[in-house]
Amino acid sequence: MNNALVANEVSKSFGDFKALNNVSISVPKGSIFGLLGPNGAGKTTLIRVINQITLPDTGKVLLDGEPLKAHHIQDIGYLPEERGLYKSMKVGEQALYLAQLKGMSKAEAKKRLKYWFEKLEIGDWWDKKIQELSKGMAQKIQFVVTVLHQPKLLIFDEPFSGFDPINANLIKDEILQLRDEGATVIFSTHRMESVEELCDHIALIHKSNKILDGNLQDIKRQYKTNTFEVGLVTGNEAELTQLISTKFDTSTANFKSLNNDLKLNIKLKSTESSNDLLSFLTSKAQVNHFNELVPTANDIFIQTVKNS
Amino acid sequence: MNHLSLIIKREYLTKVKNKSFIIMTFLSPIIMIALIAVVAYLAQLNNDKERTISILDESGLISSAFENTENTTYIILKELSLENAKNLVKEKEEYGLLHIPMGVDIDQVAKSIKFYSEDTPSLTIISSLENRLEKKLTDLKLQQGGVDIEKIKASKTSIDIAQESYEGEKTSKIDNIVKLAFGGVAGYLLFMFIIIYGNMIMRSVIEEKTSRIIEVIISSVKPMQLMMGKIIGTSLAGITQFVIWLILGGVLMMVVSSIFGINLSEMQTPQQEMMQQAMESQDMQMQAQQLMTAIYNLPLTNMIIAFVLFFIGGYLLYSSLYAAIGAAVDNETDTQQFMMPILVPLILAVYVGVFTVIEDPHGTVSTVFSFIPLTSPVVMLMRIPFGVPLWQQLLSLGLLIGTFRITVWFAAKIYRVGILMYGKKPSYREIYKWLKY
Repeated sequence: MNNALVANEVSKSFGDFKALNNVSISVPKGSIFGLLGPNGAGKTTLIRVINQITLPDTGKVLLDGEPLKAHHIQDIGYLPEERGLYKSMKVGEQALYLAQLKGMSKAEAKKRLKYWFEKLEIGDWWDKKIQELSKGMAQKIQFVVTVLHQPKLLIFDEPFSGFDPINANLIKDEILQLRDEGATVIFSTHRMESVEELCDHIALIHKSNKILDGNLQDIKRQYKTNTFEVGLVTGNEAELTQLISTKFDTSTANFKSLNNDLKLNIKLKSTESSNDLLSFLTSKAQVNHFNELVPTANDIFIQTVKNS
Repeated sequence: MNHLSLIIKREYLTKVKNKSFIIMTFLSPIIMIALIAVVAYLAQLNNDKERTISILDESGLISSAFENTENTTYIILKELSLENAKNLVKEKEEYGLLHIPMGVDIDQVAKSIKFYSEDTPSLTIISSLENRLEKKLTDLKLQQGGVDIEKIKASKTSIDIAQESYEGEKTSKIDNIVKLAFGGVAGYLLFMFIIIYGNMIMRSVIEEKTSRIIEVIISSVKPMQLMMGKIIGTSLAGITQFVIWLILGGVLMMVVSSIFGINLSEMQTPQQEMMQQAMESQDMQMQAQQLMTAIYNLPLTNMIIAFVLFFIGGYLLYSSLYAAIGAAVDNETDTQQFMMPILVPLILAVYVGVFTVIEDPHGTVSTVFSFIPLTSPVVMLMRIPFGVPLWQQLLSLGLLIGTFRITVWFAAKIYRVGILMYGKKPSYREIYKWLKY
């Protein structure tokens, strides 16, 4: 089995409302899996099913090939979107308590906490109460508590909310390092640029149904339109545009460049290659910019949700 | 350590270490005792005030009825008109003037007696005067009718019906009072405990919701475990507080009464004065002895076991409801509409206990209410000192445990759905839907 987690045709209804409709996902071991979807699509319900907070009506969830059982709670680290800590409890006590609830011994939890507190340079917060810390500081503690018990599967729901760019970057690096050390990460967010940066697999859930999933590169390949963005230096823009559009399918492009170029999007047919286009262009003008338009996760998200 | 004991430990420690909890624990008995001491002191001060009451007896019938007491001096005025007497009393700033006018017969005199004073006189003074006058005038009337008062006094018989059951168990009035006191205290204690610590549980559930830690916690433990841990931890903190209150209260009571010499039994009102005069010291001793036997005769083992069981059962039943309410709402102000169904049976239980158990501890009303699970803990605890058949106790306990299990199941359902619901205030209809999720 190469999948850390498999959800098989999971359905869940709340009264008349169907929150999940036969949703299946497979999360490959060692991957960062983006769970995407508009608000209210059913992502949180799916995550809660994986965490055994909500029981599914039908369908199965397998962790490392085994159906979910109570002891699997220790193998999962979950950072919910609606998160917080006991405000009047001290940082250290609180972290120890939460670690023990995840099945760690007190001594081990203390050792691991010391390691993480040093790593994130928050060692002197041990005796502070959460209410004395800023939101970003509390988020750091929350992150440490999530990963402390070295879970095989990490689930982050909007992990970067509440962080400034520097700390968001710090947390991003920690997530990548945890992945490199063998953890599998499920990552739910609305911020498409971090999906682009981190995820290698994605699944898109919309109105309780999964409408897209797979390797992010494959999906991008599937969604690309063979369109190239070009910037040309020429004396006579109108004439050149006329010339190109007789041979190729063109439209006006909009990108930033230093020169006052002629900017075009050129869509190739499947029979044409980028080299053909490039050699044609170089024979007519100076090429300053040549770039294949690869669909961003954002484009794919919006397009798929609109079309479904 | 398993999850439940971890949760209990945390709940207990956070409650006990909480500043306001500590202040409440140590300050309440001090405030209570101080309050009692102040009230006692003031009452004594009031009673120590010396009063002078002048009496203008134009009828010449009753002047001998008034003997001076410790605090009250009576002055008999003679050969003064009412106006002059009033002026005199006013001038001398005495407490008041009792005017007994002339009349053709005693009845007429009795109807026209008046008391003049600057302010409205105290109720106890007036009733004390009335008592004396009534006695005196009654005696006079009896004498006029040719009745020998000495004979009447001699023929007065005091009755204290000795009570005995067919099996030969002896009881007395004082037995009943002792039983009522023990039952009442037990029932009331449970009532107070439920209200104070039920609310505490509810607040702690709401706190977990508002601080948004709840989802983090229940990704590690089952909601049912969290709920039970909360209930048990808070109860233990409650018991700790109660025990400290008892010990501290007892110690303080002793200290205060020895320092200030305020002996509560010496606090007297004029009425008590008279009652005590009537009571012989021998009676007092006998009563103390009777009291001891009454306590000794109580079914103490039964009471203690029943107290523990019904207390735990009743408390758990109600606190699971409190936990469910806490889970259903976002903040304390929204709890009102759900509190009613909890408070009504609880208050009903106390009223039924107080009014019907006194009247008839084994009557239909008290028996029925001691079976209905929401009222049974309080009512049964009040009934037990009077001796309740074992089968009734077991049946009531069985019903209580059965209801407790159903309620906890309901509460847990509401709890596990409610803790993840934010934003809107739920209606009963919505909560009913949650049960099916």
